[in-house]
Amino acid sequence: MALSAATPASPTTSTTTAPDATSPASFGNAVALSCRECGERFPLGPIFACTSCFGPLEVAYDYPAGAITRESIAAGPNSIWRYAALLPVPAGVAERPNLNPGFTRLVHARNLARELGMRALHVKDDSGNPTHSFKDRVVAIALEAARTFGMNTLSCSSTGNLAGAVGAAAARAGLRSCVFIPSDLEAGKQVMAAVYGGDLVGIDGTYDDVNRFCSELIGDPIGQDWGFVNVNLRPYYGEGSKTLAYEICEQLGWRIPEQIVIPIASGSQLTKIDKGLAELVKLGLVEDRPYRIFGAQATGCSPVSAAFKAGHDVVRPVRPDTIAKSLAIGNPADGPYVLDICRRTGGAVEDVSDAEVVDSIKLLARTEGIFAETAGGVTVGVLRKLLASGALDPEAETVVLNTGDGLKTLDAVAGTGPSAVIKPTLDAFRAAGLA
Amino acid sequence: MSVSVRIPTILRTYTKDQAEVSVEGGTLQEVIDALEADYPGIRARILDDAGKLRRFVNVYVNDDDVRFADGLATATPDGAGVSIIPAVAGGC
Ligand SMILES: Cc1ncc(COP(=O)(O)O)c(C=O)c1O
Ligand SMILES: [Zn+2]
Repeated sequence: MALSAATPASPTTSTTTAPDATSPASFGNAVALSCRECGERFPLGPIFACTSCFGPLEVAYDYPAGAITRESIAAGPNSIWRYAALLPVPAGVAERPNLNPGFTRLVHARNLARELGMRALHVKDDSGNPTHSFKDRVVAIALEAARTFGMNTLSCSSTGNLAGAVGAAAARAGLRSCVFIPSDLEAGKQVMAAVYGGDLVGIDGTYDDVNRFCSELIGDPIGQDWGFVNVNLRPYYGEGSKTLAYEICEQLGWRIPEQIVIPIASGSQLTKIDKGLAELVKLGLVEDRPYRIFGAQATGCSPVSAAFKAGHDVVRPVRPDTIAKSLAIGNPADGPYVLDICRRTGGAVEDVSDAEVVDSIKLLARTEGIFAETAGGVTVGVLRKLLASGALDPEAETVVLNTGDGLKTLDAVAGTGPSAVIKPTLDAFRAAGLA
Repeated sequence: MSVSVRIPTILRTYTKDQAEVSVEGGTLQEVIDALEADYPGIRARILDDAGKLRRFVNVYVNDDDVRFADGLATATPDGAGVSIIPAVAGGC
């Protein structure tokens, strides 16, 4: 594959990222990677699948008793780094060049709640992150791991948002980036992925083809010293999504909401929000009370929703066809765990049509002044559908996630434009019937 | 039927670090059995106790996910390429 001129890390930058994986301090309170399937433990390293059973690895911690309090967190920076003690990152992480994502607003959505007949609804608006999606959270953690492992290139397979987040984070950290996307993504996402100066490679295929290609690349000498944030760094990457759970609870006054609606692509975000909530309970930072987690997909790519409704515990892959391209993973890695979590908590997984996605983008914009990308339309659409079916309780305190910015998927609402085009005269304005 | 099989990093301890090996077999099941004959122990990593593909492994025959085809019964024509890939990547 021919790559255009790269932005190589300067020699001085690479010496500052010398491998330091042997130092436990590099990963804070994290102590190991453990297999979600069989429990086998592995030393912290750039690995992602269990050698015994192929199961996904996740970060395991040994928290110092009593040291993590609401006060110690509140004293931290207004970014995800206020939760550094709960993440696999070194002390002083906030001072290293990074995008400082997180601490996005939790909007009390009174207008939308009224329209939907709900008592208490909040929108966690992650479009306010540096590259306008929640992906800055996951990439920030993966970047730290890449630095610790001495990797020279940051990479990923992406449906767009992750590519932008990786490009920006690598630029800021002085690393080279080379990211891979399906070649038919939205123009806005392609621009955002390329503008930071790394390499952007369009692949003729679906996201699942791109992902498979990246999985093979890390096993090849070409991919040596490359950190694929969602492949060989995936255990660290995933931890970034826990910060959504922490922030939501802290912003609610250290309370777990009763219902949370979360978009699903690979399902990583949903599973890690659940992990984050469990950690807060374990640490005594929030009261242990039941919560229900709901997953949202677009009907044109709804393998998890289909499995949920059919009562299956495996997810049969599909070939995506939806305008919600950021969620278009036909073969979601965390699908089985999403099913477990939604069933265990008494939630559900639902899907909505592309027309409902567009409608829901407009509904959220019209009621709350929040312009969501298609993923947000999917999530709000599913909220609405689950309320109508009675699966969601309108009386329960609910948080719905908006994970990305509508400016990235303008095509979805194409045709939304001026109420009238007139001559600059009062008469013309009156004649247009808007006065 | 000679088939070339791409081995993921986590299974290369069985294949003495070879990233690609050749075996004989007309179906995916036969290919996996042939792999086991050459590299004992590898089958139990790919298949569970019931002899089914583990839930976190993806297998492709010539770029096609075998779950879209006939699973372990998927035909592996002469010269086919089989890729075994951990399913846990991704997150977009
Ligand atoms: C805006 C947005 N929301 C949600 C997701 C879902 O992420 P996950 O793979 O963690 O389920 C994505 C993935 O790209 C995304 O771009
Ligand atoms: Zn395992």
